[in-house]
Amino acid sequence: MNLVTPELGLIFWQLVVFITVLFILSRYAWAPITTALKDREKSITEALSKAEEAKKEMLKLQSDNQKLLDDARLERDNMLKSAQKVANDMIEQAKAKAEVEYAKKLEDARRAIDTEKQAAVTEIKKQIAELSIDVARTLLKRELENPDKQVQLAADLIKDLKVN
Amino acid sequence: MRVFTIERFLKSFPINLVALILLGLPLCAWASGGEEEGEHKKFNPAELIMHHVGDAHEWHFATWGEGKEAVHITLPLPVILYTDHGFDVFMSSEFHHAKMVEHEHNGKKHHFQELKRGENTYLRSHEDKITLAGHGGTLYDFSITKNVASLFLSVTIMLLVFFSVAKGYKKNQGKAPSGIQSFFEPIILFVRDDIAKPSIGAKHEKYLPYLLTVFFFIWFNNLLGLFPGGANLTGNIAVTLSLAVMTFLITNLSGNRNYWGHIFSPPGVPAALLPIIVPIEIIGIFTKPFALTVRLFANITAGHIIILSLLSLIFIFQSAIVGVVSAAFSVALTFLELLVAILQAFIFTLLSAMYIGAAVEEHHHDHEEEHAHH
Repeated sequence: MNLVTPELGLIFWQLVVFITVLFILSRYAWAPITTALKDREKSITEALSKAEEAKKEMLKLQSDNQKLLDDARLERDNMLKSAQKVANDMIEQAKAKAEVEYAKKLEDARRAIDTEKQAAVTEIKKQIAELSIDVARTLLKRELENPDKQVQLAADLIKDLKVN
Repeated sequence: MRVFTIERFLKSFPINLVALILLGLPLCAWASGGEEEGEHKKFNPAELIMHHVGDAHEWHFATWGEGKEAVHITLPLPVILYTDHGFDVFMSSEFHHAKMVEHEHNGKKHHFQELKRGENTYLRSHEDKITLAGHGGTLYDFSITKNVASLFLSVTIMLLVFFSVAKGYKKNQGKAPSGIQSFFEPIILFVRDDIAKPSIGAKHEKYLPYLLTVFFFIWFNNLLGLFPGGANLTGNIAVTLSLAVMTFLITNLSGNRNYWGHIFSPPGVPAALLPIIVPIEIIGIFTKPFALTVRLFANITAGHIIILSLLSLIFIFQSAIVGVVSAAFSVALTFLELLVAILQAFIFTLLSAMYIGAAVEEHHHDHEEEHAHH
């Protein structure tokens, strides 16, 4: 068979077989393969963009979390501060109240002492007066046992009266 | 002889293993027909080479012994002939019992095997061409020749391989490819992304099945042709012509207005030049498939001829030293042929894609230019 002369039989078989194989492969191999490849490429692209989105979402969440944390910290500080203040106020108030009470008690005590003192002095005065009267009575009794002395006394008294 | 077989073994060791499984060839199929002629007859390298690169009505693997005691290991193939008396189908082994006759043609003596079947008498030439004895009568040869058998084998392998690949996509849906699928996926993607898409553009999907089929058909057959005992299918001009005609038909049947416009009234060409340009453009339609036909045929056949020539040197010189040297060269060339096998598949597919791309391309830019000129 000549090298450069195309043989009819081989052309016939080549065309028949090749076209048959082309149709079979197109339908049962190339179609599912190319579809699967395209689907896979699509799903990879989608997955990548989804991952990118998730990353962004994550960053957003993270910053949100930070904000929440900061807020919470601030709140805590505020709460602590106000609690401190309340506590201080309460102590101050208690102190003030205690002082007032103390002063009042002191005043009461002083007054009670004064009253008692007054009473005591009055009592002493009374007793002194009674004593003095007793003494005077005793003295007068003794003095006035003789009439001279009674005159004398009257004279003295008159003299005193005159001075007054 | 020893060097020869070892060389053949080393030449394609890994694919030989595959060959054994795929082709189911007997071990002795490695031996070549070089020793066929023996010492009594002068060794004829041209005959040996033509026998190997050409087609035949039987698949010859090896011959042991010489002369009348020679044992030929061949696979007989069906001969299908269409004559005036209808189809005649028989096995090529029937020629073994044929009578040898001598006919003179243009002053030269030619030997033929003569086979009588019914009303027809067939003559089989030394080059394995079957003709009718006597004068007149039509004869069309639709035989399952060595190349046709190899064609069947190659498409069977292709169908098995790509069905298995397609099955992989069903099995590994939404998952990473595995096995044979992961071997072929980058190649399929290469054909799609580096051949079809850049050459054709948006409409590439319609032509992708053809491009993939033609790419793998040429590649698989180029590789099968490199097996010892393999047929030279893609180095046969009938095959490359058929492939080129298919590209030609697809190109011209999908040609749009813009494509035909460029051929019959090329934009920007002065009217005076049209009588020259238009015939050139029309010839161009046909030179493209012609170039495709010849490029593939010549590249693959040349590769086979070079390797066979180097091996023939051993039998011409009958020297061990030449054997070692030419074996080494053959090994190197076989590696080169492995590269050429995929390269030529790529070139044929790329050019087909480019021709199709030119036929379906929409040229808005040129119209604007045209308006600007007027």
